[in-house]
Amino acid sequence: MHSFGYRANALLTFSLTALAFICAIASFSDNFSNQNPSAEIQIVNINRFKKQSYGNDEVSLTLDITADLQSLFTWNTKQVFAFVAAEYETPKNSLNQVSLWDAIIPDKEHAKFRVQTSNKYRFIDQGHNLRGKEFNLTLHWHVMPKTGKMFADKIVMPGYSLPDAYK
Amino acid sequence: MDWQGQKLAEQLMQILLLIAAVVAFVVGYTTASFRTMMLIYAGGVGVTTLITVPSWPFFNRHPLKWLDPSEAEKHPKPEVVVSSKKKSYKK
Repeated sequence: MHSFGYRANALLTFSLTALAFICAIASFSDNFSNQNPSAEIQIVNINRFKKQSYGNDEVSLTLDITADLQSLFTWNTKQVFAFVAAEYETPKNSLNQVSLWDAIIPDKEHAKFRVQTSNKYRFIDQGHNLRGKEFNLTLHWHVMPKTGKMFADKIVMPGYSLPDAYK
Repeated sequence: MDWQGQKLAEQLMQILLLIAAVVAFVVGYTTASFRTMMLIYAGGVGVTTLITVPSWPFFNRHPLKWLDPSEAEKHPKPEVVVSSKKKSYKK
């Protein structure tokens, strides 16, 4: 502690260490929040269901998504990334997940929403297995913190199916 | 700074920074505002820097007593003894 530079360096190191410590505690405090998100998805209409020239099935549908993700936001949350995926099984793959829609929710006020939209991303199968197919629509979310570990979870909604014949 | 002052500076720095960190976290957590926590902590670091880094007079309250030059001249400087071990081995 004998010189200005020595003291300035010691202070800088110690202050950064303490900062890392309080950020770690802030991240840890996220574990104590009660989270009860809810969501519901309805298929309003199947707009198109055809076989592409390459032989793969393609579906275009309109979804009505209602969700309340407000309880996921804590003081340490920067944003929540949410997406809807269609999940189903085929003879070739035990699990197919196709992302249909996503959104970035920047704060708590925007976390309770209802959206009616056609699928943002194309729903194309690896093959032609979709006729009469039963699938789940799953709402996934990733909670991105200001500091610390990102965690992800989902709500699985089963019981949706596609028509038996091409439209 | 003298020795006592250096020790005081180090202790003050550590305690002030720890207090700033604890206060920042508690206020930030209770107001659910990350921004508040960061601002309070930054303020605390700034205040600690102002108090402990510059060489204030109160850090020099026990100054070292260096020997007065006129006193030093009265006593002969110790002679440097050259080692003569090499010569003895030649025998």
